[in-house]
Amino acid sequence: MSGTFSMHKYLRDLPLPFCPGCGGLTVMSEFLRAVYELGHESLSKFVFCSGIGCSSWIPSPHFMADSVHTLHGRSIPVATGIKLLRPDLNVVVFGGDGDIVGIGLSHFVHAARRNVDILVIMVNNMVYGMTGGQVAPTTPFKTKTTTTPYGSFENPLDATKLAVAAGACYVARWTTAHPKELKEAIEKAIGIKGFRFIEAISQCPTAFGRRVGFKDAGEMVKWFRENAIPVKQTEGLSEEDLVGKIIVGEFIQRQRLTLEETLYGVIEEAKKEIGKNRN
Amino acid sequence: MRNNPKSQVCFWQGNEACAEASIIAGCRFFAGYPITPASEIAEYLSKRLPQVGGIAIQMEDELASIGAVVGASWAGAKAMTATSGPGFDLMQETIGWAFMTETPCVIVDIQRLGPSTGQATKCGQGDVMQARWGTHGDYSAIVLSPNSVQEMFELTIKAFNLAEKYRTPVILLADEITAHMRENIILPPLKTVEIIDRKKPKPNENAFFGHEEIPPMPSVGEGYNVAVTGSTHNEYGMRFTADPLVHRQLVERLNNKIQNHANEIAEVETSNINDCKVGIVTFGCASRAIYEAAEEAEAKGIKVGYVRLKTIWPFPEKPVKKLAEAAEKIIVPEINLKQIFYEVQRVVNGSAEVVPLNKIGGGELITPEELLEKISGEP
Repeated sequence: MSGTFSMHKYLRDLPLPFCPGCGGLTVMSEFLRAVYELGHESLSKFVFCSGIGCSSWIPSPHFMADSVHTLHGRSIPVATGIKLLRPDLNVVVFGGDGDIVGIGLSHFVHAARRNVDILVIMVNNMVYGMTGGQVAPTTPFKTKTTTTPYGSFENPLDATKLAVAAGACYVARWTTAHPKELKEAIEKAIGIKGFRFIEAISQCPTAFGRRVGFKDAGEMVKWFRENAIPVKQTEGLSEEDLVGKIIVGEFIQRQRLTLEETLYGVIEEAKKEIGKNRN
Repeated sequence: MRNNPKSQVCFWQGNEACAEASIIAGCRFFAGYPITPASEIAEYLSKRLPQVGGIAIQMEDELASIGAVVGASWAGAKAMTATSGPGFDLMQETIGWAFMTETPCVIVDIQRLGPSTGQATKCGQGDVMQARWGTHGDYSAIVLSPNSVQEMFELTIKAFNLAEKYRTPVILLADEITAHMRENIILPPLKTVEIIDRKKPKPNENAFFGHEEIPPMPSVGEGYNVAVTGSTHNEYGMRFTADPLVHRQLVERLNNKIQNHANEIAEVETSNINDCKVGIVTFGCASRAIYEAAEEAEAKGIKVGYVRLKTIWPFPEKPVKKLAEAAEKIIVPEINLKQIFYEVQRVVNGSAEVVPLNKIGGGELITPEELLEKISGEP
C-alpha cells in the first residue's frame, strides 16, 4: 500500500455525524485503517448494513460504498439476504448495543447459529444515545439514566459471551481505549469466514458520561483503560472479582460450515435430483 | 423451470399456484416463517426454488423474513415472502421501509380470521384496510385480490411485474379459501407470459432515488456506491432529516408514481356495468357467490351488474362510478365488517344506494342465496 493512511479516502465528502468526543469516530477510523492495511484501495468489495442509532451512521452514507441503512434492529436479516445472494461480497454490519442486542437480539443469535458469513461490529456505549440516554440492555447495574433515575435495576447482557454460545466463528471485545487492538481484531475478522462479532466498548459523553459523573470523553476512555482486563487473566477469578471490569481480548476463533456453503450445497443437490428425474 | 410450449391443465391448490407462478415471474429468493394458512407456499418453494438455483430460507420470525427479502432485492433478486394476519402485522414497518427505499418485492398475505389469533384456520377478509394503511406515514400500496386458483397464478405474476415496474412492494391479498382450494387451472405457454424486470441504471448514473418518476435501481456490489436509507433522502440517497422540501418532493413522488397510474394498475372483472338495476362490488372469496346469484336474479327479471376487484388498491374508481350511474343500489359483500363498503360509498358519492352484506366467523362464505335475497330486497 502506497502513501499514508487517510480515512477520507474511503469517505464521502460529508460532515461527520458524531458529537464531540464520541467513540464512534474511533471505531470508524480503526475500521478504515484495517481496510487500508489489508490493501483495499476502495470499499468496492464491501457492502455495509446498519440499523438505527448513532453508530449506524458510521457507514451510512459516509462510507464511499454500497450502504443499506435499515430499520431499528433489522440490519442482520437484511445483511443475510444480501450475503445469500452475493456470497462474493464482504458484508459488514455496524450497529449499537440497542440495535444489535436490544430490539434486534433474536436476529443476532440466529445469525450466529446459522453461521451466516458476515462481520457484525457492535459499538457498545451502554445507553440509547440517539434518543437521549435511556437505559439499554447493556447498561451496568445501578447506573442512572433518563429512564432509570434511581439507577438501573436490571442486569446487563454480555453480548460477547452470547455470540460465543450461539456459534460465532470469531468473537472479540475491545474498547476505544484500545484502538490498535481493535484495528487488529477487525483486520483479522475480515479475513475469517463465518459469523464474526466484534464488540467495541465506546464512550457517549453526551447522553451517558456526563450523567454518571465523567467530566469528558477522555475520562471515559481512561475508565475503559483502567478497568479493562485481558480475557486470559480472568482464569480463576470469581464473578465478584470481575464486577466493574471490562473483559477484553479474543474470546473464540473456530471454523464451521457457513450458511452459504450449506445452502448452496442444497441447491446443487436439488438441481442434480431434478436432472435425474428428467433422464 | 417448467417449459411447457403449449397450454397445460393442472389441478393445483391456490398456494401451490402462487408458488409456481412466483418462479415463472422470476422469483429466486423466498424467506418466510410458518403460519396457517400460508405455510404451503414456503413448503412448496423450499422444494422448488433450489431446483431452479433459487434460495428458500425459513427465518426466525416475520421481521427477519421480510428484512431478508428486501436485502435480497437490493442484491438483485426478485424476492417474496408469504404470511397471514399476525405475520403481516409484524411486517408492516419493513413494508414502509421497502416503500421508502423503492424496493420491489412481493408480500403474500393469505388472510385468516382476526383480530389477534382469532380463528386461525378460517377464512376472513379483514386485512383490506391494513394492506392499504398498515405502515405509518403517507404511503400508497398496490394490493391485488385473487378469487380463484387461476388468479392466484396470474396475479402472483402480475404482483412481481408491478413491483418491478413501479419499484415498490406489492401485496397479494388472498384468503384462506382461495389459497387452500384446489381447482383446474390453465398454465399458459411460458413464452406468452409477460415478465417485467426493473430498470437498471446506465454506467454513470447516480440518481437512484429521484429525477425520474421511477428511477433506475442498481444492486449492491455493482460499483454504484448506492446509499439506501429509510430516512428522508434526496435523489442521490443522502439523508435530509429536517428539510421540508426534500421530504415533500420524495414522499409526493413515491405516492404519485402509484396514484398517477391507478387506472393502468386497476384490473377488474365486470359484467353489465352500463345496464343493470342492481350492482355488486366485491373481491376475493366473497365474490365467488356473484355468478350464481346474478344468474338467478336475472331469471327473476332483475338485471345485475358487478365490478369484481382484482386490484383493490389503488381503488378502481372508474368502473365503480360507471356501475353507480346504471344501478339503483350497489351491494358490497365482504367477509369482514364493512372495509371496502365505505370506499365504495365514497366513490359512488350518492348516485346509488350502497348496501353492505357482511358475514364473519367460522370461515363461512356469503352464499348465493344470501346475496340473492339482498338483490331481491327493497332498495
